[in-house]
Amino acid sequence: MAAPRQVERPLSPHLQIYRFTITMAMSIIHRITGIGLYMGMALLAWWLIAAATGPEAYAVFLGVADSIIGKIILFGFTWALCNHLLSGIRYFFWDAALAFELKTADVISWGAAIGGIVLTVIVWFAAIVLRGVL
Amino acid sequence: MSNQDMRTPKAKILHLGSARSGTSDHVVQRATALAIAPLSVFFIVSVVALAGAEYDTARAYLGHPLVSILLIALIGAVVVHMRIGVKITIEDYVHSEGLKHYVLLANSFFSYGIGLACIYAVLKISFGS
Repeated sequence: MAAPRQVERPLSPHLQIYRFTITMAMSIIHRITGIGLYMGMALLAWWLIAAATGPEAYAVFLGVADSIIGKIILFGFTWALCNHLLSGIRYFFWDAALAFELKTADVISWGAAIGGIVLTVIVWFAAIVLRGVL
Repeated sequence: MSNQDMRTPKAKILHLGSARSGTSDHVVQRATALAIAPLSVFFIVSVVALAGAEYDTARAYLGHPLVSILLIALIGAVVVHMRIGVKITIEDYVHSEGLKHYVLLANSFFSYGIGLACIYAVLKISFGS
């Protein structure tokens, strides 16, 4: 009787088998920043509720927002928003069946990735320069 | 029994098959994104302007009717957008049918709860305490 033959069956490829592409990375980052912004909406609610409650509550919010941890979180929120915004614009092109050429898709994806970082730096630079302008 | 219906009797009693709403999430997600894109630019500019502002200044700015209206529009669009975004993520990764429905419910509660809190706060600021 012949021994049962071990058949090397092909497995469907998983994530690590694929070559890195910026479109793939930005797709994953788009979802991660979306979830980050989702949780960050609690901070927007806190800010608005604090402003609606009174000066003491607002001072507590400002104290946390001005701390190192608060600044890191707000910086992260800013980047998530800028990245998600620019990254999201690409989907309108793709929905219109535009920018599907590999080169074009790569260019707009790199543009969104780099643009998100640049925009974040500009926003924080503006916030620091214009601090207390109103 | 209609000859047009391709579904098997078993599929029908299990409520399987097309619910005729397959593209709804996609279309609403893009529509809200279109609203959020310009409104979020307004939001970023507002927050930059208010950085380091006193309580009275922030309150006066947020309470201006135009600012309040734009903020409420932004929050309304964001609530719908964030709920759908996380809904499709849950549907992608939570495979247990029972658990999935509770997680989806928690997503709706969180999204609408955030929306309610934000809009109430803006209205309170705008109408005065």
